[in-house]
Amino acid sequence: MSLSVAVVDYGRGNLFSISRALAHLGAEARVTADPAEIASAGRLILPGVGAFGDGMENLRERGLVEPLKAYAATGRPLLGICLGMQLLMDESEEFGRHAGLGLVPGRVRRFPDSPERRWRVPHVGWSALETGGAGWRGSALEGLKAGERMYFVHSYFVETAKPEHRLAVTPYAGLEFCSVLRAGSVEGCQFHPEKSGESGLCLLKTWLTKH
Amino acid sequence: MSAVARTIRVIPRFDIKGPNLVKGVRLEGLRKLGPPGPFAAKYYAQGADELIYIDIVASLYGRNNLTEIVEQTAGEIFVPLTVGGGVRSVDDFKTLLRSGADKVAVNTAAIRDPKILTDAARAFGAQCVVLSIEAMKQPDGRWEAFTDNGRERTGVDAVDWARRAESLGAGEILLTSVDREGTKKGYDLELIRAVSDLVSIPVIASGGAGAPGHFRAAIETGRADAVAAAHVLHYGEMTIAGIKSALVGPGVEVRA
Repeated sequence: MSLSVAVVDYGRGNLFSISRALAHLGAEARVTADPAEIASAGRLILPGVGAFGDGMENLRERGLVEPLKAYAATGRPLLGICLGMQLLMDESEEFGRHAGLGLVPGRVRRFPDSPERRWRVPHVGWSALETGGAGWRGSALEGLKAGERMYFVHSYFVETAKPEHRLAVTPYAGLEFCSVLRAGSVEGCQFHPEKSGESGLCLLKTWLTKH
Repeated sequence: MSAVARTIRVIPRFDIKGPNLVKGVRLEGLRKLGPPGPFAAKYYAQGADELIYIDIVASLYGRNNLTEIVEQTAGEIFVPLTVGGGVRSVDDFKTLLRSGADKVAVNTAAIRDPKILTDAARAFGAQCVVLSIEAMKQPDGRWEAFTDNGRERTGVDAVDWARRAESLGAGEILLTSVDREGTKKGYDLELIRAVSDLVSIPVIASGGAGAPGHFRAAIETGRADAVAAAHVLHYGEMTIAGIKSALVGPGVEVRA
């Protein structure tokens, strides 16, 4: 089986890790910033780390906003990772208000600061996935159990407008944030599956092969 | 929500010289333990949450030998890798990230020109900028930051430096007690607490772990977010799982 995945390169973050994990799973990762290639991809990953506003600006500069929206409209699989998940949303409050891709209704908010330093912002480390408003069957989480820990690095989190888009939630900073979302063929995870050991690889493998 | 349980990371630390994993005492008297690959594979299988690689001779010669080792590791081990030693520029960050590192640790270059923290954070995100502090306790009770593996004094107050580094863009602090390193006498809990209380970014305690109780002390008393271990792991005295079971308790969780 030959699996080909386009990984969107918009200058935000480390694309080598995700490419390596995909290669390990037997998939071929094509790292690309070519709008035509993105629009015609069979399977697409939107990665990214860093600030929301910069991320959207980088997508705009490279002329990738419309191709990404066009791609999502085809119903082919799209996986946003970390900042890539956040960019799927309507808007973010990171350093002022910024519009996102608007592929999933909802917004991106910052973790509250901790009284008496009981938690740190950014949230760095391994946290558990708990069941959200929708079942995991048929999603990238199929095959994983609630309580599975994944590796997170982020200061902002996604709030989906619709509970049924919330596939998994994770407790942190006194609240439960959406750690995996799914809206049709659009999925997103706040953690880094490519850095979450065998559990993360399991998620990527399921996503690569299920559709 | 009452007590928020903290999930603590257990991180094997690899000091690298040439192609080999080495271990010393107070970062000196290095003993060669062999290629790091088999050690890394073992710790990954045991549940290591991240790995740290430091090329300990790199800043002496102004080069970094690690890229090959990192490339090999990154193809087989899917947890975060922090790599450091001899990092001098934003370009060095890029080289290491390209070879498979997820975070880059910098010490000497940041002391010389703190702007590297800001520039690297802007280019790659604060999450991959790790400030490595090598601190040595002084007769006046303060801690001084050292460079070049505890060889060179800087005159910089280590605790104050941690706070400044956070505001400059560092996303995490690898805090090594030079006087405890390799001694198995336990972490320098006062040092860890002093830094942890002052910064909001995560602090990795490093240097001195030798017994199960040391790990929990670093979390409870020191308020660290992660523990690095070298001696007890490399000499087979403890496993990652053993360290994790020593850590777990009220308010403290680990990844199973």
